[in-house]
Amino acid sequence: MRVDASDFELTEEQRLFGESVARFLEQEYPFEKRARIVAGEPGFLDEHWRQFAELGWLGLAIPERYGGLGGGAGDVAVLMEQIGRGLLASPLLTSNVLAAGALVASGDRALCDEILPSTAAGETRLALAYAEPQARYDPFDVATSARRDGEHWRIDGSKIVVGFANCADQLIVSARTAGDRRDRGGISLFLVDPGSPGIDAHHYHTHDGGRASDLAFEAAEAVALIGREGGGLAPLEHALDFASLAVAAEACGAMWAVYEQTLAYIKTREQFGVPIGSFQAIQHRMVDVFMRCELARSMVHDAVAAWGRGDRAEMARAVSAARVNIGNGARLVGEEGIQLHGAIAMTDEVSIGHYLKRITMINASFGDPAWHLARYAGLMREQSGNSGNGDENASK
Amino acid sequence: MRADEPLPDLEAFRSEVRSFLRENLPHDIRERVKRGCNDFTTAELRDWMAVLAHRGGWSCPNWPAEHGGPGWSHAQKYIFEREYALNHCPKLPNGGSAMLGPTLMHYGTREQKNRFLPDILTGKTFWAQGYSEPNAGSDLASLKCRADRDGNHYVINGSKIWTTGAHTSQWLFGLFRTDSSGRKQQGITFLMIKLSSPGITVRPLPMFEGSDELAEVFFDDVRVPVDQCVGEEHDGWNVSKYLLSLERFGAAHIGTTTARLDRVKELAATTPVGEASLLDDPVFANKLAQAEIELRALDVTEQRFLLGSSGAEAAMLKIRGTEVQQMVMELLVEVAGVHAQLAPDTGQEDRPRHAPAGAEYAAHGYFHFRKTPIWGGSNEIMRNIIAKAVLGL
Repeated sequence: MRVDASDFELTEEQRLFGESVARFLEQEYPFEKRARIVAGEPGFLDEHWRQFAELGWLGLAIPERYGGLGGGAGDVAVLMEQIGRGLLASPLLTSNVLAAGALVASGDRALCDEILPSTAAGETRLALAYAEPQARYDPFDVATSARRDGEHWRIDGSKIVVGFANCADQLIVSARTAGDRRDRGGISLFLVDPGSPGIDAHHYHTHDGGRASDLAFEAAEAVALIGREGGGLAPLEHALDFASLAVAAEACGAMWAVYEQTLAYIKTREQFGVPIGSFQAIQHRMVDVFMRCELARSMVHDAVAAWGRGDRAEMARAVSAARVNIGNGARLVGEEGIQLHGAIAMTDEVSIGHYLKRITMINASFGDPAWHLARYAGLMREQSGNSGNGDENASK
Repeated sequence: MRADEPLPDLEAFRSEVRSFLRENLPHDIRERVKRGCNDFTTAELRDWMAVLAHRGGWSCPNWPAEHGGPGWSHAQKYIFEREYALNHCPKLPNGGSAMLGPTLMHYGTREQKNRFLPDILTGKTFWAQGYSEPNAGSDLASLKCRADRDGNHYVINGSKIWTTGAHTSQWLFGLFRTDSSGRKQQGITFLMIKLSSPGITVRPLPMFEGSDELAEVFFDDVRVPVDQCVGEEHDGWNVSKYLLSLERFGAAHIGTTTARLDRVKELAATTPVGEASLLDDPVFANKLAQAEIELRALDVTEQRFLLGSSGAEAAMLKIRGTEVQQMVMELLVEVAGVHAQLAPDTGQEDRPRHAPAGAEYAAHGYFHFRKTPIWGGSNEIMRNIIAKAVLGL
């Protein structure tokens, strides 16, 4: 429990940064232009990627000692909220937040020194290959294996829906070096060159203008083991939780964008001689949309604050709580945005449907709301079990 | 608006509140609240309120020091509200402390403040709120209960309904029609009336689940001195609107809902299902987790609103607070299982041996709290308020 204003207020620097991101996306990435960009390969413009690097977006989540800006969770949330509003499709999340985050969390300083400065500078893109066909959202469910072959490691197995692997310069791959398929121990992370022999890549588009790939590894040689052998799950889960926080903030931005556009629409669209926003049936639905947006903003602040305090279990609880509340809220807001607009929102030229697309993709990334609910329930049971007497638990 | 206290001081404050409540709340009251009972005698509540008042005005946690309250910051009020609920303290009648008191502080004359505030603080006087009428519910401004000026008195004729605690209070404040010529919001006057005045009849209205907090009040030529008018004559609508703007703190009842959710967990952990407990049942655990997450979102939202914004927050906190409250009441029924069928009037000697503590209050509480989305301005009216004030519709 906290009562601390700083949990809910942006710093002046964050406010200005958020405004600059919003301005850039409004000018350089308007909705009509976005449609053309995401239709072409690789799904974004190199020129934009260079600008993201210059603006500091690509190094924001990377520590200063590795050439980044060393931003905190709150800074990343500010950036992602604007990215959600602007519907930006790019490898920023999967490369510079998720994959770079796993590398940092691995504690492998030599590899971080080697790779992250050029990642922050926009010269190297990363992709994190962890999901497997049988695993749904469990990052510890790893059938892909890695075995020693002289000086090297060789990887066999299958990774799916790897975000923006189409343009990745390096892959980070989770593979089992010991244990059974669903053991939490025995998972290691490897740096892999996507051009190596033994990797078969199948690239495809996602609904939100993004790109993803299925990768098959057959005795593919890894460039290096990242961090400690068998110590891969903790950095992987840490990075996935941070990416979850990032997409929660992104979804929050998308929700507010839908809310604002829909509110403006119902004030101007006239039927029966009056704006449809004058009808109580419409007003009450719009109020529910507004409340979901407010709750979402609270949950982003809550997850950021928990991240800042650094208690691992509390971070996981706050992130999963945010993904449940925001996941369900964002879906409702996206659906209501369409319903309140009516038929016009079913057209490709109106952005509302595209927000629902991105929201739906977010809900299928790093754990869906049901997965996060089950995880939260598990953490809740552990907490109940640990505290014994309900009263002590109550007054934590 | 911000919480300026450094964290350690707040922790010390929390411990101080917690120790005091634990040491001073009578054990049997604590146990009854924990079981879900909310049926206390006026004497029990008055005695407890006096204990709190004696501690430094804790009976009226929102009051400033100049009127005998504790003069707490928002952060301290927040902590007190949570600790009060988590330590199973009974809900006190708040017509005086939360409603009339702050209104008098803003609109009352010096004489009115001196006459009424001290007895509210000590719990000597309980106040009922006379707003709704048979034909003025959500459309409150269409109220018709008349107050006709006669020299230095108003003469009241008509009736009020859904008046919580009218039969256990000594005084009533409310809105009365003093002029019908203009807009319906005009010509309403805020009056304070002694319930023992000649011409008043109070008739209890038993609720369907068996509790008796509601009443109807009939006025038949009741004479009220004009110095019991709060604010200007005919300006009662604005006086009551000021009160509504104050009510945002605690509108979500997060403390009590948190205490109930903890109770659900405690009971679920000791309720066997197969070889494990109900807490291990994934379907139940997921529902419980969902409720806890929604409560968490509401809690953070309340803190965020308290620490700095304005608008229709009270309305949103009321809507969402009652929705989450009802989710938890439903879980209490579910956790009670077959024992949810026990009625609360089962005597201790007749009580089935296998029933978990408080099972007889599970469905009772669920039925009782169907009231909260209706009262204090129905959730539909709250949505109207947000649509107009925040969304500009």
